[in-house]
Amino acid sequence: MYTSDAMLESIKKVEATRPSRVGVLPERMTADEKEALLSQYHPDYKEDGFEVLQVGPNKGDKVPTELAALLQANSRIPGLNVDLNKVDYDVDVLVIGGGGAGSSAAIEAHENGANVMIVTKLRIGDANTMMAEGGIQAADKENDSPAIHYLDALGGGHYANVPELLKKLVTEGPGAVKWLNELGVMFDKAPDGTMITTHGGGTSRKRMHAAKDYSGAEIMRTLRDEVLNRGIPVIDFTAAIELIKDEEGKVAGAVLLNMETHDVMVARAKTVIIATGGAGRLHYQGFPTSNHYGATADGLILGYRAGAKLLYADTLQYHPTGAAFPSQILGALVTEKVRSLGAQVLNKDGIAFVHPLETRDVEAAAIIRECQDRDGGIETGEGLAVWLDTPLIEEIHGEGAIEKGIPAMLRMFSKYGIDIRKEPILVYPTLHYQNGGLQIAADGQTGVENLYVAGEAVGGIHGRNRLMGNSLLDVIVFGRNAGQHASEKAKSVKVGKLTLSHVEQFAEEMKQAGVESSIVSPKLLPNYTHQKDI
Amino acid sequence: MEEMVNVFLFGKKYSVPSNLTIMGAMEYAGYQLIRGCGCRNGFCGACATIYRIKDDRELYACLACQTTVQDNMYVATLPYFPLVKEVYDINKVSPNEQIMMQLYPEIYSCIGCNACTKSCTQGLNVMQYIAYAQRGEFEKCAEESFDCIMCGVCSSRCPAKISHPQVAILARRLTGKYLMPEAKHLTNRVKEIENGDFEQMLEDLMQKPIEEIKELYNTREIEK
Repeated sequence: MYTSDAMLESIKKVEATRPSRVGVLPERMTADEKEALLSQYHPDYKEDGFEVLQVGPNKGDKVPTELAALLQANSRIPGLNVDLNKVDYDVDVLVIGGGGAGSSAAIEAHENGANVMIVTKLRIGDANTMMAEGGIQAADKENDSPAIHYLDALGGGHYANVPELLKKLVTEGPGAVKWLNELGVMFDKAPDGTMITTHGGGTSRKRMHAAKDYSGAEIMRTLRDEVLNRGIPVIDFTAAIELIKDEEGKVAGAVLLNMETHDVMVARAKTVIIATGGAGRLHYQGFPTSNHYGATADGLILGYRAGAKLLYADTLQYHPTGAAFPSQILGALVTEKVRSLGAQVLNKDGIAFVHPLETRDVEAAAIIRECQDRDGGIETGEGLAVWLDTPLIEEIHGEGAIEKGIPAMLRMFSKYGIDIRKEPILVYPTLHYQNGGLQIAADGQTGVENLYVAGEAVGGIHGRNRLMGNSLLDVIVFGRNAGQHASEKAKSVKVGKLTLSHVEQFAEEMKQAGVESSIVSPKLLPNYTHQKDI
Repeated sequence: MEEMVNVFLFGKKYSVPSNLTIMGAMEYAGYQLIRGCGCRNGFCGACATIYRIKDDRELYACLACQTTVQDNMYVATLPYFPLVKEVYDINKVSPNEQIMMQLYPEIYSCIGCNACTKSCTQGLNVMQYIAYAQRGEFEKCAEESFDCIMCGVCSSRCPAKISHPQVAILARRLTGKYLMPEAKHLTNRVKEIENGDFEQMLEDLMQKPIEEIKELYNTREIEK
């Protein structure tokens, strides 16, 4: 419920301009305007938010300060009693992470006849996949093609996407959607079966497939059900805290830690897939996040210590529309689908100051500029924010469009007395996605043999900025891909004697470089005790 | 000075700021959560919580991450509930009443008490979707249950021992796979891709110099 006079006054201005805004949008920015805006306002360009790594495969590269601290921290192993001769789990394929990528990988590995196991530090499905609201891209309409999808993603990614990975993403997109549909995912369809598709920021064709605004949840719960139907073991509340190698330096398993009992276990595997997701809970540059509780970049730490290279770890995605009011939902995702359906982004005077479907980095930077330098923001008590004019959706599509299209958003705000059908909502950018991550080849494998990566932990697919709907697509395409290749590879792998010498070696490198750390990593969970809920 | 309220976490009293969610209050009180905390945004069902307000007999259910604390709130979380999950092969089942009778026969023991609906943290009409499932009306069951996050509170309140969220996901998967019409454009597109129809177009694009690609991007036609 809005009670501050300033907010109520501003809402009147929004209502006054609304009729004149129906069907009228601000011009899209030119390439030069975008570049100038980004370099001045996007958090990725803020130099004091980054630090140069002094050890490891990316020595000399800059990464967010908070990530650098974890990459160059102490292993958890020295404090524990790890006996590599006592193997608790012995499998073909070990999947670390129980989100969309991990589950897809496990299903495909199982399909290929492998003995596959999932370990996850929370529950299967506690993942960013579950929270993806807007949809999944795939070029399956008449006027579209994988090449057009490729161009959209490449331009959106500032031409930095790894070509072979992007090609795979767009080419296997329609197949991924079909696979999900055949598993029983209920995509929004017209009565004749045609997929209902919309635009996302930066798309040139309407190729966003959705399941209301529960797209990720619908996909994740279906994948989880399938994992359980297949009897794939899911070791939950168990974190991987270090990879294990064999004497030839090939990855051969992981050390596991029961999050509740603190039991330490050894999993031996012929191949390992890191599918640990993102890093929003590291709160880069103090931003709130739309990410789930476990998004602490664990897989990046594990992989890096084992010698795998990072790519674009200095680029993050700030989703332009995180909830900014009330404080209880600060940082929560307000899906881009809200803008796809027609809601506009307005300043305190009710003026639409940016096209609502610019790419996410541009949209976010425009909002930050409006608040920081153009006096267009509305004070929320936690900072400044701008309006997202949701009632416009029903002006355009008629009454009932919000309940039908974005029920989760309607529910989230109604819990705090805000009816998004009648009142606009306050938004500000929120830390949403890790564009960078571990570098892989097209088969999903890193430079370290038998170590695969899938999902948000991968870097390079999306270049330096990801388009909406390409992440759900990526977790499915590259999750399946990693599962297929890792299980195939496992058929010919013979695991040698297990060792953690690479962990000692990394510690030695830190010592040589004069890097001292007082913390251990991976972080596993954020610490919010005695803090405000963010 | 922040306004404070008293909440009773598992019966123990804590004073917390009044604007916190229940989850925020637990953390404020000093709990490092492991269970009972997942997406923190109302989508994963990890933080199902039941509570009473002092002097009110009603038993309420909610998500801890989505609910603001109240004064004299008595809170117990339900981080896990043993739902019955039957396994099946999605490729071998048929979308008819038989499958429900076979996998979840207890739904026919529903006594119509409506405790499930009253306790739903998403405000869904749970008893209604179970009724649809009983009658084999899976599309209706799927639609009615669509916003279910599988937190399990409904099942904890059910005298007929029904695992409602598992019934609902079966109905949704049957609906998505078998009952909704096929997307023919998707089937065709996948065939075209398998046939290599787009390979040349993509290769041509990938071979172009970067300046030409930028030009193509900046001048591309955007569907209205």
